[in-house]
Amino acid sequence: MALDSSDKPRTFKVVGTRPLRPDGIDKVTGRARFGADIVAPGMLVGRVLRSPHAHARIVKIDTSKARALSGVKAVVTRADFGAVPDSVADVIDNCMAGDKALYDGHAVAAVAASSAAVARKALRLIEVEYEVLAHVSDVDAAMKPDAPVLHRGRQEESVPEGYSQNVMSRVEFGHGDIDKGLAEADRVVERTYRTGATHQGYIEPHACLATMGPDGQADLWCCTQGHYMVRNTCAAILGMEQGQLRVTASEIGGGFGGKTTVFLEPVALLLSKLSGRPVKMVMSRSEVLRATGPTSSSSIDVKIGMTKDGRITAGFAQLRYQGGAYPGSPVDMGSMSAFAPYDLENVKTVGFDVVTNRPKAAAYRAPGAPMAAFAVESAVDELAKGFGLDPLEVRLKNAAREGTVASYGPTFPAIGLEATLEAARAHPHWTAPLGENQGRGVACGFWFNFGGDTCVTLNVTPDGTVTVSEGNPDIGGSRASMTMMAAEELGIPYTQVRTIIADTGSLGQNEVTDGSRVTFAVGLATIEAARNAKREMCKRAAMVWGIDEEAVEWVDGAARPAGPNAGKHDPMTLKEIAAIASNTGGPIAGHYEVNAEGAGVSFGTHMVDVEVDPDTGAPKILRYTVFQDAGKAVHPAYVEGQFQGGAVQGIGWALNEEYIYGEDGVLQNAGFLDYRIPVASDLPMIDTVILEIANPGHPYGVRGVGETPIVPPLAAIANAVSAAAGVRMTDLPMSPPRILAAIQGQKGG
Amino acid sequence: MVKVRVWGSLAEFTEGQTEVEIKADTLRELLDGLAGEYPGLRPQLERGISVAIDGRVYNDSWFTPISEESEVVLLRRLKGG
Repeated sequence: MALDSSDKPRTFKVVGTRPLRPDGIDKVTGRARFGADIVAPGMLVGRVLRSPHAHARIVKIDTSKARALSGVKAVVTRADFGAVPDSVADVIDNCMAGDKALYDGHAVAAVAASSAAVARKALRLIEVEYEVLAHVSDVDAAMKPDAPVLHRGRQEESVPEGYSQNVMSRVEFGHGDIDKGLAEADRVVERTYRTGATHQGYIEPHACLATMGPDGQADLWCCTQGHYMVRNTCAAILGMEQGQLRVTASEIGGGFGGKTTVFLEPVALLLSKLSGRPVKMVMSRSEVLRATGPTSSSSIDVKIGMTKDGRITAGFAQLRYQGGAYPGSPVDMGSMSAFAPYDLENVKTVGFDVVTNRPKAAAYRAPGAPMAAFAVESAVDELAKGFGLDPLEVRLKNAAREGTVASYGPTFPAIGLEATLEAARAHPHWTAPLGENQGRGVACGFWFNFGGDTCVTLNVTPDGTVTVSEGNPDIGGSRASMTMMAAEELGIPYTQVRTIIADTGSLGQNEVTDGSRVTFAVGLATIEAARNAKREMCKRAAMVWGIDEEAVEWVDGAARPAGPNAGKHDPMTLKEIAAIASNTGGPIAGHYEVNAEGAGVSFGTHMVDVEVDPDTGAPKILRYTVFQDAGKAVHPAYVEGQFQGGAVQGIGWALNEEYIYGEDGVLQNAGFLDYRIPVASDLPMIDTVILEIANPGHPYGVRGVGETPIVPPLAAIANAVSAAAGVRMTDLPMSPPRILAAIQGQKGG
Repeated sequence: MVKVRVWGSLAEFTEGQTEVEIKADTLRELLDGLAGEYPGLRPQLERGISVAIDGRVYNDSWFTPISEESEVVLLRRLKGG
């Protein structure tokens, strides 16, 4: 569905305003029900036994003593799941280990018991005989020929001969001639950059309540980014028909990509099936960190050439991402996005997806892109500063724009990168003075965005209020945005519309809340559903007036006669039409089902000031400004919140967060005391500048905004820290000891 | 015939070419044509891909029209968080 009016901007009445969020009161008063808040009569407590080893063959599991314990109602191991389709083989293996435990924290058994105390005791009674195997946690070590191998015979056809079997796939993108481009350069920077694995850090742990009756019908309530995905995945694992499993999404306390798969849900359903009772399972924070998906750690070689006037002549990157114990790291997305902000004649990226003895990587906001941007944007910064050039001007000189053949293949339509760079250049932040030991960094970032299967039903109630039912959990304010778009389209106040998240029995298939897709795709479906309802209401008014429905138009919340032959009739408001719906044909609704294609890509530019204590190496973020194209900001406060949230998560990734493994392959910092995410006292106010370059693929011009904000921060902060410390930082996180060592190394050198 | 650009590591299965020509009026015909002309692409096509047509990315809409003038680029299946 195309932009409504490409020749003149549409004037909005509701879209673009900042109404109160509909879920606000529930969340601040504690009335909102999150995953762990769901209860059922007679429910049991489910608990999981996890591997203490990074890599071990499971020789034998004896659950007899646990089963005999009073209060234990069911015990499951992988054997109880039986055979599953190939499409979910890795998913169930990650939920419950098969022949091997592949990482510290990998689930090996689960119990359902009458209380948490009984469940914990039962776990202690389960005897697991392990044959401990050599393990590998580091991506570069895992690629070596003599590295311990996790899986045999599973490499994609894309991997050339001679690579370790831990290398699961290889991708290559680009165009032109790298060697020729490098030869044209006045200077070439060649460096290796590394990033640690970071967790999404959502505050709400995974939680669910499952109940399955003897007739095979089941209900599941859970905290997820996609309850339709949960339904489909669990049904496949358990051999159920999808229609027999109804899944309801709870409120969600953050996901950021980490809740786009299942962990507890199939286990809880099987425990419920075996026990005949509802089973509730809630992860501890330690379980969340040990066994749910962090993002990949990475090791990236970059080689970029530039002329002395700032023209990039060639860009090359080899990206190596470890995706934990199963194939599927986002190295392909990193390889496609690495050079996307640039218009380059010669560009090439090569990516390797590598498995290690770590928890399977899950999506994390623009999966794969932040690490790639860190490497490329650091090198571009180093080149620009090496020539004494303004790093913003260098980016503008080389910026991708409409007509640029992207480094990953397609030709860009209208995009907003230049607008963000120009806004950054014009912003007072760019020229504000810096003090001693302070540095300023900038970086650009890109994300693809997508749409996908989407359903919306819009019901007009007899009193003329409106309910919108959508199928995507509200993570970033989508209920407010859908309410606003419905109100805009219908011409009624925001307060007259309520949006709910429907369960899987109420709508058709909906893709997961990911890919920055919801405001774009669900918004598109909401607008079309509202338009269908308007058509129906115009028809009802036409019946009352005795004229053709084509002679009725919808303007400002009411049906009105239109055209010279329509006659004179007083407008009929939505409320008036709703009141006589039973008399004119029955209830009024609009619905729309679509595979929403045409999501517009998104670009952002970040600017940050950092001070580094030269005696301790401690960095402090002083000022931060985000510039990003939103297409059309439906609710600007939520858009700003996305910008700010992405920047803050990026600050954590850049400065503090990483998974730390011991020599034994066991995670050393499985708690928020030792895995430190930024808190309010670490941060300045994050300033935001919203650019609006309309997406031609959406009627209001909306682009997704949720993921791009986490792409530039790693590089922007690294560039600022490098400037402040006087030494180029190439490894994340830039913890105080690491920065101090770099400063001292520089002085020593 | 539609010109289709494939990413570099797929060229091994398209006789070394990063651009191939397929007779197709729709996305479905394009995917069928690629699998028929270049069987080595089948594993990747079965795992799933995205396709950029004139700068817009499509995942599964079989009957998306494609013209001979269209710019068609195969992409790894887009993922998001």
